[in-house]
Amino acid sequence: MISLQHIHRDFQVGDQVVHALDEVNLEISAGEYVSIMGPSGSGKSTLLNLIGLLDRPSDGHYLLNSEDVTTLSDKEQAETRNRQIGFVFQAFHLVPRLTAAENVELPLMLAGMPPEERKPRVTQTLESLGLTDRAHHKPDQLSGGQRQRVAIARATVTEPKVLLADEPTGNLDHKSGDDVINVLESLNNKGITLLVVTHDHELGERAQRQLKMRDGCIVSNQLNTTGHASL
Amino acid sequence: MHPYNRDVSLFAWRALRGYPTRTILMLIAMAIGVAAVVMLTSLGEGARRYVTNEFASLGTNLIIVFPGRSETAGVNPSTMMGETPRDLTLDDALALTRNYNVQRIAPINVGAADVSWQNKKREIAIIGTNHEMLAIRHWQVAQGKFLPETDLDRATSVCVIGSKIRQELFGPQRALGKWLRIGDRRFRVIGIMGSEGRSIGVDVEDTIMIPVASAQQLFNTPSLFRILVEAKSRDAIEPVKQFVIDTLQKRHQGEKDVTVVTQDAVLATFDRILGALTYAVGGIAAISLFVAGIMIMNVMLIAVSQRTAEIGLLKALGAAQRQIVILILVEALLLSALGATAGLIVGQLGSMLIRHAFPLFPAYAPAWAIATAILVALLTGLLFSLLPARRAAKLDPVTALSGR
Repeated sequence: MISLQHIHRDFQVGDQVVHALDEVNLEISAGEYVSIMGPSGSGKSTLLNLIGLLDRPSDGHYLLNSEDVTTLSDKEQAETRNRQIGFVFQAFHLVPRLTAAENVELPLMLAGMPPEERKPRVTQTLESLGLTDRAHHKPDQLSGGQRQRVAIARATVTEPKVLLADEPTGNLDHKSGDDVINVLESLNNKGITLLVVTHDHELGERAQRQLKMRDGCIVSNQLNTTGHASL
Repeated sequence: MHPYNRDVSLFAWRALRGYPTRTILMLIAMAIGVAAVVMLTSLGEGARRYVTNEFASLGTNLIIVFPGRSETAGVNPSTMMGETPRDLTLDDALALTRNYNVQRIAPINVGAADVSWQNKKREIAIIGTNHEMLAIRHWQVAQGKFLPETDLDRATSVCVIGSKIRQELFGPQRALGKWLRIGDRRFRVIGIMGSEGRSIGVDVEDTIMIPVASAQQLFNTPSLFRILVEAKSRDAIEPVKQFVIDTLQKRHQGEKDVTVVTQDAVLATFDRILGALTYAVGGIAAISLFVAGIMIMNVMLIAVSQRTAEIGLLKALGAAQRQIVILILVEALLLSALGATAGLIVGQLGSMLIRHAFPLFPAYAPAWAIATAILVALLTGLLFSLLPARRAAKLDPVTALSGR
């Protein structure tokens, strides 16, 4: 599903070159649940952005569904992002002037889908996340947990293969956080490949596979026998 | 409309509504620019039409003859001898009637003289002319009658006075039939001019008209100030003009010492000057549109930096750079279009107000000015948002979205 080969990502900071990613090799199969942990500046967000096609590697190859996506044009990358990848962010990033339903509709609109096809998909996605009665609320009328669920609905409405979550519980209280994690894990149970970047060990340890990063390298890659699959 | 285009317009519209202060400020800037163009050009155009109308009221198919020549036509004996041009005389005027294409002529003599009645006295402009003047200038007599139809060289002692003079000298008393003193002669009032006869150079209400021969005696001069010649039709203007030039050259021993202008030529000159004025004023107003464009650029730049997270998000959701550019451009275009519409309404209301305040002044913005104003508004809006749009497209979504 995801195959990273000899990936390097360098940033120029002043006259110093920072190696945000240094020779990363990683294989993730379809349907896996992977957590990426590590201290700040270890390169985990950079890795997630690379996988999400928001950033390009300085060197190396990235195969998504055995297709080399590093050489795609901006337009092709945007299309791939739209169809195959869903993002969930710590700060939710809902568009404040649009209602929950309109936020969920955005990726379909960007894909050029006609309105009459969009509406049922939006309604269905919102329903599956228990947000039907919140569909016409603006983000500032929703609780944090509800906002993150709207964001998840938006990330999954295009039925992507991969869901990338960057500290999805970081801005939430414990209860809402648990709620959001349950939603993400149930999506994973239905077959979506789930990657979660987190500081939170408790959260990270729920994943089947845990990656630990330090200084741009993956220092540990272990399967978790006590992952949520057995819970 | 393609559904995606409608989506983009809707998205842009909601973005505008989402930031009302910014939107209203930009609308005002754009509206002022467009309104300025519409109002200023309507003023310029109004001036042009006003002058044109005034000239039309001067008479139709008119040829104006005056002594002296404004052009230098090479060196001839008269320039060496420093000879002054010959006067235009009544005989000259009479000679001009002898053509089939000439409808009527009016010789004109002007001067000022003290006019008195009983113990009231003031200086008044005097026009010496003949009975044809009334028809040539399309004037109306309010009371009595105009100058009598007599031979040009007959100096009768009658006068036609303007309504303002009637008011000042006679007040409520009857003026017709009274004897006025003009200079050292006495004239009987036979007519009073209506108040509508007002055209460039002559305020009929404030003049006295006497027969041209009487005026020559009064001012003690054989020469005329002007001769107005009315051609039978528009097509006859050119032949009559040639006839006038030839006749007067023959009568003046071969010297071309008069200037003959057609009213059309004068009108065309004014038309050109005032047309240029309208363009100039419109151009100045267009600068305010340009300034509005720069404002749009600044505000769109701010809007882009305010909305980095949103733009980053759109990228993450699968918007290509081109789509981002289009979104920003559509937003700017929508803004300029709304501003232009508002400006158009304000501008038209403004010129309506001008027309209401000065009914004689036809202040209508010309169609070309309105079209240009709207076009320039849209173009500047589009052009000046290209830079912000490109910046938005190039935005790094990684940093935009990591803001936590």
